[in-house]
Amino acid sequence: MAAPPAPTVRGGRVGRRDDTRLALLFILPAGIGLVAFYFWPLLRGIWLSFTSWDLLSPAQFVGLDNYRAMAADPVFWNAVRVTLLYVVINIALQTAVALVIAVLMQRLSRSTLLRSLVLAPYLVSNVVAALVFLWILDFQLGIGNQVLEWIGLERIGFFTSEAWAIPTIAVVNVWRHMGYTALLIFAGLQAIPATTYEAARVDGASEVRTFFGITLPLLRPILGLVLIISVIGSFQVFDTVAVTTNGGPVDASRVLQLYIYDKAFGQFDFGYASALSVAMLLILVVVTFFQYRMTRAGQTDLN
Amino acid sequence: MTETTTAPAAPLTAGAPATPGEAVPRRRRRRLTPGRVLAWAVMILLLLVTLFPFYWMLRTALSSNGALYANSTSLLPVDFSWGGFERVFGLQSTEEAIAQGGSGASIDFWLYLRNSVVVATVVTACQVFFSAMAAYAFSRLRWRGRNAVFGVFLLSLMVPAIFTLLPNFILVRELGLIDTLLGIMLPGLFMTPFAIFFLRQFFMNVSTEVEEAALIDGASKVRVFFAIIIPMSVGPIATISILTYIGSWNDYFWPLMVSYTDDSRVLTVALGNFNAQSPQTGPDWAGLMAATLVAALPMILLFLVFARRIVNSIGFSGIK
Repeated sequence: MAAPPAPTVRGGRVGRRDDTRLALLFILPAGIGLVAFYFWPLLRGIWLSFTSWDLLSPAQFVGLDNYRAMAADPVFWNAVRVTLLYVVINIALQTAVALVIAVLMQRLSRSTLLRSLVLAPYLVSNVVAALVFLWILDFQLGIGNQVLEWIGLERIGFFTSEAWAIPTIAVVNVWRHMGYTALLIFAGLQAIPATTYEAARVDGASEVRTFFGITLPLLRPILGLVLIISVIGSFQVFDTVAVTTNGGPVDASRVLQLYIYDKAFGQFDFGYASALSVAMLLILVVVTFFQYRMTRAGQTDLN
Repeated sequence: MTETTTAPAAPLTAGAPATPGEAVPRRRRRRLTPGRVLAWAVMILLLLVTLFPFYWMLRTALSSNGALYANSTSLLPVDFSWGGFERVFGLQSTEEAIAQGGSGASIDFWLYLRNSVVVATVVTACQVFFSAMAAYAFSRLRWRGRNAVFGVFLLSLMVPAIFTLLPNFILVRELGLIDTLLGIMLPGLFMTPFAIFFLRQFFMNVSTEVEEAALIDGASKVRVFFAIIIPMSVGPIATISILTYIGSWNDYFWPLMVSYTDDSRVLTVALGNFNAQSPQTGPDWAGLMAATLVAALPMILLFLVFARRIVNSIGFSGIK
């Protein structure tokens, strides 16, 4: 009954091309989310960094005071140093191991089971990963330290010594993310045509030479993207640190994110915490920019 | 030297031109060269490193806590006991728990579990649905400014999540939602740029023929969305839902900011508190490992069911 009039109504309009009203309705919820939880906080975070605010009394505009304080704040510079150290160890190790896993998977087996097992640590939360390693690397009872003793080394206070805290946390997060990164790289490897390998094999190139001469160069754009994503993630490390060392011993593992959290929720200095966040944002932008340029992630050599 | 084995493989592919070139190495029976043995050895070593912590969780959870202090190296559970799990689920009396090395503090595990389930489920359902609506508007509806608005949405990919946390906390506080489940869920309810981007890719590829036919039959564009686009994209929608669920379940920083009491505490936050509330005598490792196992279990089950889908989706989510 209702069917016949419908086409005529639609035909009467400017075709059935223009769906503006419906489209606006459909993007409304997402639009609210976009404005309220992405753009508005971005602007507000920048604005707050120019204020002094304890959450209770109204925020006071203080100009560049927070930034001046930050430049002279040794804890901030220590946090930058610690965070960079973490990122370097984490990314170097994670990328190397992931690359090995990805290449091995490609050469040995494409089975879903193998890929699932490799991905398993990614399914548990950072908190769970942190707690498990807190136990495995416990000074007295951890199996990790027992093994060290068996092979004749001294026990290490993995989470309790200043020198080891950051490397340990970096390795814990390598454990959780290496499989995920490996699968990303594995996907990139699939894009390299088999004929290229065939050609290398016909020319008698060794496995090692094929890897460095063909695989790695052709993988560069993917590897570049993977690096950018994992570096951005790595800079934001918080969970593992908060659960295991909470910044200690002293400030040896007080990464930027934890310092921001302390300032905001420990000392209710939201203005300063926001300035720290802006600093973090700027560091991320600069690092990402240089990475993009250096790895030429936007270009491919495959064509 | 294995190159010689490629010779018989070549005519094989010539005989079946439909076979993609990639299938050639797979079909060839590889000889076990020393190189391959070494490669498998490295792979197995890496798998051991990957899986050992899971086993150690289980082994510890099934030990009795007191015995762990005497024998911390046995590869099997020491003095097998369900005590750890019993403490997690509050099945032991306080005295019993303390005697076995627990903190004796009442941990309302069921409540945290419920909170985690509620948060992850509602966030996933809303976020994926709203993102799908937007993705539909950006892929199948025709309207002026579509690409420009989509570009604005993509811009939000550049905003690091971490930067929005503090201002979002302030907003949630102004809305009076601190320490509520809604406060924890709110920022994730509407969309993520990634979900929109991901679903749009698939919606664009749904054939227009079925849609045209439905439109001629008088179906509205809304009906097309519910009756054609969504059912035809069940795969990608399931994929993004699983990824969202895992992410939401494992989230720690944001719930930590928003929740202050048990009412809104999710599992990750409850577990993270562990270090602060260890008893004097030493931590209840058995109980803790039981708790982490139970917390990880839903994700492991999800994974067992959807492993293929999750594993195959990782290539796409590389943009994330």
